[in-house]
Amino acid sequence: MSSLNQSVPALFVRQLHKHYGDVRAVDGLDLSVAPGECFGLLGPNGAGKTTTIEICEGLLSADSGDVQLLGLNWDQNEKELRQRLGIQLQETELAAKLTVEETVRLFRSFYSRGRSVDDVIHLVQLDEKRTARLGKLSGGQRQRVALACAIVGDPDLLFLDEPTTGLDPQSRRQLWDLITEFKARGRTIMLTTHYMDEAQILCDRVAVVDHGKVIALGTPRDLIGSLGAEHVVDFALGEGQDGLDDPTLRGLEGVRAVRRVADRYELQVGALHRTIPALLSLLAQRNLVLSHLTTHSATLEDVFVSLTGRQLRDE
Amino acid sequence: MSESRIGEETAQGLAANSLWQLITVRFREYTREPEALFWSFGFPILLAIGLGIAFRSKPADLVHVAVVNNGPRATPLADALRRDKGLAIEQLAPDSAAVALRTGRVALVVLPDSGGGVRYEFDDTRPDARIARLMVNDAVQRGAGRGDVLPITEQQVRERGSRYIDFVVPGLLGMTIMGGGIWGLGFSIVDQRRKNLLKRLVATPMSRAQYLASYVISRFVLLFVEAGVLLGASALLFGVPMRGSLIGIAMIVVVSALSFGGIGLLIASRSKTIEGVSGLMNLTMLPMWVLSGVFFSSENFPGAVQPFIKALPLTATNDALRATMLRGVDLPGLWPQLAVLTIWMVLSFSVALKIFRWR
Repeated sequence: MSSLNQSVPALFVRQLHKHYGDVRAVDGLDLSVAPGECFGLLGPNGAGKTTTIEICEGLLSADSGDVQLLGLNWDQNEKELRQRLGIQLQETELAAKLTVEETVRLFRSFYSRGRSVDDVIHLVQLDEKRTARLGKLSGGQRQRVALACAIVGDPDLLFLDEPTTGLDPQSRRQLWDLITEFKARGRTIMLTTHYMDEAQILCDRVAVVDHGKVIALGTPRDLIGSLGAEHVVDFALGEGQDGLDDPTLRGLEGVRAVRRVADRYELQVGALHRTIPALLSLLAQRNLVLSHLTTHSATLEDVFVSLTGRQLRDE
Repeated sequence: MSESRIGEETAQGLAANSLWQLITVRFREYTREPEALFWSFGFPILLAIGLGIAFRSKPADLVHVAVVNNGPRATPLADALRRDKGLAIEQLAPDSAAVALRTGRVALVVLPDSGGGVRYEFDDTRPDARIARLMVNDAVQRGAGRGDVLPITEQQVRERGSRYIDFVVPGLLGMTIMGGGIWGLGFSIVDQRRKNLLKRLVATPMSRAQYLASYVISRFVLLFVEAGVLLGASALLFGVPMRGSLIGIAMIVVVSALSFGGIGLLIASRSKTIEGVSGLMNLTMLPMWVLSGVFFSSENFPGAVQPFIKALPLTATNDALRATMLRGVDLPGLWPQLAVLTIWMVLSFSVALKIFRWR
């Protein structure tokens, strides 16, 4: 790692374009990922995340734009890059008839240097399953085998495309631990996800991607901070009741923004302990009754909603 | 102590070798698929046994003949015919004789006529009826006093190599080589492409040449086992001859396996679905099953299409295998077939590698 020049980005993408027919999958995308960083590409399905990451991985060619990885590029340094990258694709069915150990050993044999098969199997906590065939494993276990295959070459830059999609909460948390551990070794990670919590927990910085473009970039904390609100109050009135207009709500103490989704009101607020009493007394004054009230800390999800006016997961 | 350490390091060295890993993976996937084992070993042998039993050489069939009971001359005539051991004679009433002839139970009906002569009724398009006519007439004329004008001698020859089983075993071997190359490569490669595994593999530093080589090498090893089992079993069970040199047979097996491997690769080079590749494989193999002389000689097809049939790789394989196994033709005499196979090999590999879809 010490050999890696800290001033050269681990991944650098400039003005990337790629279209399929009339669809502009990637439309002028820029990125720069520093060595040792865990960088998240965040966005709804169809935002162009996978196309972008596969261009970076050298599996797709771009229509135009620059991609540099570890100071190298695909045209001139393909052999070296293949040795130094670790890749997990979104949907790969590894051979069901092979055991965990046979699969990892096969992938290990492709790399001139790397970690031992035993170490990697231990790292992904599959010691007990090493002689089990992949066809017999659960989805979470198979995903950990895929991760093992991605890191067995001890990569300087690791690509993970939707690493936890389709997994149960426990398996997801297990994978997050493994990724965090890999990150602690100082290696660079680029991942895509449409789970906000995943990006918030794993990533040092995220780029929010929509329609093939980066629409926001920063640390999860900065992005959430950019809302100017730390909490979100979500409420609805009893049936047939109305009479709250946006200016009134915006006038309540601590409210930064108001959004209405169907019959629901969403307030982005700075301090709950000021806004909630004010809201309740306003409702009492107007003889209005709540049918629903929840609050949560502002998340990247709220960032995405406020940037695009759309929910992430509805896509 | 030091010896065991050397052994350990070699094992590690081999285990770390990617070509070795790819080849062992091929074998593991193959041997863990019981159906595949059956289709490549059990099926050709069962087919050979079935055909061997159905077409076994047996003593010449008796020719069934009916003599119509229409008067006092019928019984002496029948007795005279019974002296010929090749004839099975039954005496029937006129109408049952007609039924027996119509249904093919007898090949010929003999009627003594009122003028002291004999009348034959038979279907002249049936070969056995014409034989019956010759045999019965010979016996009738001899009984009436006709003798041989020229003295003759006979020697009966039943030789290994001219039976149906001898014809069909080389054909089955050719079919096995074709199936192994086309199914073996086509299915597995398309399945890996469909599952995104091929894409995952090219995302590693894996050598693409080694990936393809692992298929060719594992096919070869399996093929020699398959060919050995099939030829061994047919030599043991049916005494199918092996007149040519083993080197000649091995050479034909190698060259034909390479050309079918190339064709398999070509078929698999673009398809993304099993359905798609299955269609292409059947489209390729079906005409050859019919035309290339697996179960019956390709000479049965009209002369105009013979050049086309001869250019098919399975025809070349079958012809070469039969020439060497049954007639003992050596390598120099097999060059036309080997040339056809080599052309297929070169063409299919070069096109396949050019258009192969790795993702």
